[in-house]
Amino acid sequence: MSEAAAGVPTVADLGSALRRGAATPQALAATARARLEGISELNVVLRYTGELAERQAARAARTLAESPETAGPLCGVPFAYKDVLCAEGVETTAGSRILQGFVPPYTGTALGRLLDAGAVPVAVTNCDEFAMGSSNENSAYGPVGNPWDPSRVPGGSSGGSAAVVAAGAVPFSLGTDTGGSIRQPAALCGVAGFKPTYGRVSRYGLIAFASSLDQIGPFARRVEDVAHVFTAIAGHDPQDSTSSPLPVEPVEEQLSRGVEGMRLGIPREYLVEGMEPGVREAIEAAFAELEKLGASLEEVSLPTTEAGLSTYYIIAPAECSANLARMDGVRFGLHVDRPALTDTYLQTRGRGFGPEVKRRIMLGTYALSSGYYDAYYRKAQKVRTLIAEEFDRAFEKVDALVCPTSPTVAFPRGAKSDPLSMYLCDVLTLPVNLAGLPGISIPCGLSEGLPVGLQVIGPRFQDARVLRVAHAYERATRWHAEMPPARPAAGAPS
Amino acid sequence: MTLSRDQVAHVAMLARLGLSDEEMERYREQLDIILAHVDRLQQVDTSQVTETAQIGGLVNAWREDQRSECLPVEAALTNAPRRRRDHFEVGAIQE
Repeated sequence: MSEAAAGVPTVADLGSALRRGAATPQALAATARARLEGISELNVVLRYTGELAERQAARAARTLAESPETAGPLCGVPFAYKDVLCAEGVETTAGSRILQGFVPPYTGTALGRLLDAGAVPVAVTNCDEFAMGSSNENSAYGPVGNPWDPSRVPGGSSGGSAAVVAAGAVPFSLGTDTGGSIRQPAALCGVAGFKPTYGRVSRYGLIAFASSLDQIGPFARRVEDVAHVFTAIAGHDPQDSTSSPLPVEPVEEQLSRGVEGMRLGIPREYLVEGMEPGVREAIEAAFAELEKLGASLEEVSLPTTEAGLSTYYIIAPAECSANLARMDGVRFGLHVDRPALTDTYLQTRGRGFGPEVKRRIMLGTYALSSGYYDAYYRKAQKVRTLIAEEFDRAFEKVDALVCPTSPTVAFPRGAKSDPLSMYLCDVLTLPVNLAGLPGISIPCGLSEGLPVGLQVIGPRFQDARVLRVAHAYERATRWHAEMPPARPAAGAPS
Repeated sequence: MTLSRDQVAHVAMLARLGLSDEEMERYREQLDIILAHVDRLQQVDTSQVTETAQIGGLVNAWREDQRSECLPVEAALTNAPRRRRDHFEVGAIQE
């Protein structure tokens, strides 16, 4: 079914209805909530934001009534955000038992900027515990179903944020991407998902997983909508010392320039052996489409790609083992009371963390421990340099890279029970985090009735260029308008 | 390489993770497999490379050393499992 037939609105549709007075922020928030409740069997929502949603909707309504000229494209538009982003007064658990009941005393920058833009957060979405996972099966609050086939995974770790947009419940959402956690679920759910350049969006108020890789970004049904959200959240923030002081390039000017005359590179190493034939077919058709639009495509080589997975699975666990040390039962979260402090730590952490988080803390602690630091962590940071330099060299020849986002479509729940085969899901996305680059996944086909994602990767701080390529492809195709067969039953079209 | 049970117990203690015997054995096996995989890193020649410190090219982020607003004490303590007056309370550090 097409989204038009399903009555699923985009950010642009809702924005124009709001400014015309044909809809109110309160009514849109109520519709979004009804739609989210209608897909409760997917386990996408961990909690509704209640009072915050009401307050924001009222604020947006005031802006639209009193000073409509100041109302931007997101004013009054409902959205959902991943359970790792802090909003003052709304419980945030990072999908973990250890943070059950944690209510942040402040709001993070990215969310705060969306609130300032008048957007209305209606729900907090399920995700893998501390954003660690590729299938959303690691949440302490149960797995998330893929709207295209609830017995299959939505991808991870931002699985809930991808699924709510795919199901048409909200026009956009926020996720985070440390090794592919926005792009891979976007691919598996058939929506657009964008990871900006590292440092482009402030991480202040994001519960940290791996600080040198984490980045916040949007999911939406249209690249134009992605651009609106990106524009609202991007830019320097003194509260995050890794946030870049470089000015943000205006995206909208570039968005519609097309790809004629652009040079696009196909990284040979990304057309991996394990790729499903249906994915390959869809990707090759996408390449042909881009050529038809006037881009020239050429093969490039990123030879250190194969070492990317190993590099990532040292650096990310090492950083997570340090970041998660703060989950100690003293200042917030679960507390298992024991007379001696060490026992409080051991019991709180032993009971509070799930299996994947423990595994990564163990791996990271080992890699950072005395005698192994040079062999693992320092070595990985050197290979990381090589991977980044290879991308930089490729971008001397081409303007952007195009490749698949995931070697497979959404797989059945429980299909990847050993950790290493799960880690391989991110093999095409994590090099982008290691190199700090912007990358987007957009729908480019169906294989066995399930969405396939095309990934576009650009040089650091060329976020606008990545969105431009994605937009050109989207305008020429109809894959973004495909809807999952099982749609929300509740909630009337707006 | 093969991790010993003692090594796993040592790492768990460093990480302050209370693990059951069964978990200890499971992580020993799984870490062995993962470490065997990441050992491919050793095959990459990095003799001419310096390690990445900051991928975005930033060196230091300075600010003026001035007092500014910060989280009020009450707000910082709202999630505390145990508090005494304006402090987080913990158990005995020395046994």
